[in-house]
Amino acid sequence: MLHIKCPHCGIRSQNEFSYGGDATIKRPELGKEISDQDWDNFVYNRKSLRGKHWELWQHLSGCRQWIKVQRDTATHEIFKTLKANEEIS
Amino acid sequence: MTQSFRLESGGLINRDKKISFKFNGKNYFGYEGDTLASALIANGVHLIGRSFKYHRPRGFFGAGVDEPYAIVQLYRNGETEPNIKATEQELFEGLEAKSVNCWPSVNFDVGAINNFLKIFLPAGFYYKTFMWPKSFWYKIYEPFIRKAAGLGTASIKHDKERYEHKYEYCDLLITGSGPSGLASAYSSAKNGAKVILAEDKSRFGGTLLTSDVNIGNQSGKEWADSIISELKEMPNVTVKNRSQVFGYYDHNMLVMSERISDHLPKTKKYHPKQRLWYIRAKEVLISSGSIERPIVFGNNDTPGVMLSSAAKEYMKVYGVLVGKKPLVFTNNDSGYETAIEFKKNGVDPIILDTRKEPQSEIIEDAKNMNINIKNSYVVVAAQGYKKVKSADIAKISDDKEELGSVQNIKCDCICVSGFWTPTIHLASQSGNKTKFNEEIDAFVPGVSKQNEKTLGAANGIYTLEETLKDSFEKGNQISKEITNNDNKVSFPNVVEKKSTVHDKFWCVPLPKGKNYKRFLDFQNDVAVSDIEIALKEGYRSIEHVKRYTTLGMATDQGKTSNLNGLQLVSKIENKVVPAVGHTTFRPPYSPVSIGAIVGREVGKHSKPTRKSPMHSWHEKNNAVFVDAGVWLRPRYYKRGDENLFEASKREAKNVRTNVGVCDVTTLGKIDIKGPDAAELLNRVYTNAWLKLPVGKARYGVMLREDGIVMDDGTTTRISENHYHMTTTTAQAANVLSHLEYYLQLVWPELNVNVVSTTEQWAGAAIAGPKSREVLKKLFPNSDVTNEGLPFMGYMEADLFGVKAKIFRISFSGELAYEVNVESDYGYFMWEKIIEAGEQFGIQPYGTEALSTLRIEMGHVAGSELDGRTIPYDNSLEGLLSKKKDFIGKRSLSRKAFAAEDRQKIVGVVPLDKKTSIPEGSHLVKDSNAPLPNPKLGYISASCWSVEHDNPFSLAILKDGKNMIGEKLFVMSPLKNKVIPVEIVSSHYVDPKGERVRS
Repeated sequence: MLHIKCPHCGIRSQNEFSYGGDATIKRPELGKEISDQDWDNFVYNRKSLRGKHWELWQHLSGCRQWIKVQRDTATHEIFKTLKANEEIS
Repeated sequence: MTQSFRLESGGLINRDKKISFKFNGKNYFGYEGDTLASALIANGVHLIGRSFKYHRPRGFFGAGVDEPYAIVQLYRNGETEPNIKATEQELFEGLEAKSVNCWPSVNFDVGAINNFLKIFLPAGFYYKTFMWPKSFWYKIYEPFIRKAAGLGTASIKHDKERYEHKYEYCDLLITGSGPSGLASAYSSAKNGAKVILAEDKSRFGGTLLTSDVNIGNQSGKEWADSIISELKEMPNVTVKNRSQVFGYYDHNMLVMSERISDHLPKTKKYHPKQRLWYIRAKEVLISSGSIERPIVFGNNDTPGVMLSSAAKEYMKVYGVLVGKKPLVFTNNDSGYETAIEFKKNGVDPIILDTRKEPQSEIIEDAKNMNINIKNSYVVVAAQGYKKVKSADIAKISDDKEELGSVQNIKCDCICVSGFWTPTIHLASQSGNKTKFNEEIDAFVPGVSKQNEKTLGAANGIYTLEETLKDSFEKGNQISKEITNNDNKVSFPNVVEKKSTVHDKFWCVPLPKGKNYKRFLDFQNDVAVSDIEIALKEGYRSIEHVKRYTTLGMATDQGKTSNLNGLQLVSKIENKVVPAVGHTTFRPPYSPVSIGAIVGREVGKHSKPTRKSPMHSWHEKNNAVFVDAGVWLRPRYYKRGDENLFEASKREAKNVRTNVGVCDVTTLGKIDIKGPDAAELLNRVYTNAWLKLPVGKARYGVMLREDGIVMDDGTTTRISENHYHMTTTTAQAANVLSHLEYYLQLVWPELNVNVVSTTEQWAGAAIAGPKSREVLKKLFPNSDVTNEGLPFMGYMEADLFGVKAKIFRISFSGELAYEVNVESDYGYFMWEKIIEAGEQFGIQPYGTEALSTLRIEMGHVAGSELDGRTIPYDNSLEGLLSKKKDFIGKRSLSRKAFAAEDRQKIVGVVPLDKKTSIPEGSHLVKDSNAPLPNPKLGYISASCWSVEHDNPFSLAILKDGKNMIGEKLFVMSPLKNKVIPVEIVSSHYVDPKGERVRS
């Protein structure tokens, strides 16, 4: 079970969180024209990386905040966590 | 019955307390402190079970967790448990055990024919033989394999025992209380670190209990006792015996199973049987020691062949002789310690040492005691079927290839020592890259991935002095970094016998003309010949060899077999062992009961139960409940002898003709506040929300980004910046997360807050043509006329002093209202509604009638919004705004979603107007078409229409728009039904929707 540092609450066990997918995907702006290919990339296409990966988690049974977590998908090492409004650097 | 193999004195058992027990129906006794194994051996019982594949007689091989085959069916306090290791099970008064894997008895086993058919049971036998013909699998092969391969029987009764879970945090978790565990625990505890010391056995001390050493002028055991009692006094230390750390998971989380009551005849009141600990440790010190390796020789599975360390443990801990004419077969000095122990107890052993001229202190001692030592000698094969009667021995050449002439000598046990294998399971589970240590011929932990270190014998350090020194130091260093204390512990003086190098010999060659089975894996019956076949057949990767032959699998996890298997593969392949590599060690290290894993989450505790504030009213009024997610909802209210069908029909009919009331507390409710609330709704719902006036409700549909319908419900504008959203019962939590996602990550600029208020409000739906009359009585001071509270209107009103919210919304399709009050007033509200409705014939209705009402009205619910349908499929396309963008809109222009013959919701009526249509059935054009019959659609929901008094279903049908009036067939192969049906509109009742507006 992973140990995730919620930037709001501190270190908590994985079972308080739910996984939310790739954090680097930006939702296209509402009302803007977008090609089929770009839309498919947003909705469906994911890289399934091995290694460092920025992903979203929600602290569901805690502060309910969505957070950004940088995790190694192969080793589960967590390098960094950010609040929702903090940019991935 | 006398214990003919019990020594006159000695051991750590309590000879003042006799304990009687039963094995295979026969009465025996042992002493307090015995294991089932030691007590049976004391009574001269060595035949315990039959082996897995060949049903060969099997006895004891080890003395603890290393035991591969002394597995029994245990009976305790009216319960039974399979696969209990006799070497681990402590004796208690009234214990009963039986052999497994034998029929009709362990002495005469029919399956033993397999032993004589063994040439037909080679590696991969099951894969090869039982593959064809395919039709034989279910009826012949599978039952045969299941019967033949069983290891004990699981109880089918409800387990009355209690199992608990515990979460713990510590600075250091130390796994094993041998010398390295004790020393590191002591020095880290002295630095003030929070320490958990876990010992698998009932007694602390590990090898200190059996080795002849001296630490600080005390015996090993005395030293261990004094350290343990000091540790127990320290507030920062938790010391646990009977506790096996069996799994090492991510982020330094380890799981330990504590056997609290297994050693007692009966679990004490308020005590659990076992407790599972989830331990998050800053640092882990693995002090799990090592397990003796067998040397492989002919018939090395015969009862009476066992590890030499086990034989020593039986003598020193239990005061039991494993035999009176022992043969010790060794390639290192450890065998001598066992032989010396025999000699001290008045038994003359013979040592066969594979080494030519070994010299060391211990060997010198043995010589001085006049122990018969044969150098360059090996055991070729054990003789005897159910117990060792003699051994074929021979001299072996210096290159270990040639055997001299074979002689037979009498013996009643063969104690084997093939040197020591570090127990690296936990380190390997943690992700540690293990490395091969040439000196000890075994793998040891290498580079750590997590915060763990391995100490002592588990790390390949086999001298006590070095182990203690290293462990004291590591404990001090690691704890110092956590606590910033540096309390040095003085190092005790250690006296131990020095040993000399072992011989890397591990397998005795077969003598000419003999074809003895030489077992590598005792639990899974894998012999040398099986591995040879697997390699001949082209299996190369050790992982493949493992799966093909079952080497190192199952509960044993290769504890005694792993390295010898690798030696063999590397020898045949002409590689070195590290090039072959070892297979992955997986948790659990040792079997864990399912009860412990499940813990308290059984029966009604397997999930939370949510009840509405009106629950007790429903109970009092004969409600039959149904699980709706984690909620309990009334399915129907039983009157007299009514069944579900009759009751729900009555309740639904009453809504259509009079008035009914339904508990809708379970609907998800989300409170939305802020100046941008309308904008949020406008973006997440498919329809327009910016112009909804205060005091009005609107129906809305939410999509996922991929265009699939996620949820529907009504949202009401309470005041300028305040909305009350309802969701379906099932999707309540997901919708909240969905809104939070967009607010926090996508549109942080929106000034809106959302919070769940599901529990805060109790809800009652009052539905039916007479519902307004009921409302008038409930709220005499409010204007609830059609003008005062029109369809989709909202008002706040006073319910006899309680603040109530009235929403004029309808799921049933009738004139209807939903009244909400704060949860604590829910029961009060309900009683008032029943009271006020009495003169109008009000009846409560449950979820079954609720479904009937919505189905015949063509209102969609979870069975249509099933995560596979888009708005068009559910005839919700009218709710898609053309003017604005919303979540999921872009996906709706995908080709498949815009297809002309897209599936659509329709109504289905059986032609005979009688036959009920099973939900989930398929719609086909021709019921006699050859298979696979093209499927046109499926039945999503069925009911008995109370309006038309005939069955009616909703279906999602291909090109449904153009299918109205068509005649099709409903097919349900599961229920073996073929029903001719007509496709009709999904709005089977009041298609114009006049009633809700009346």
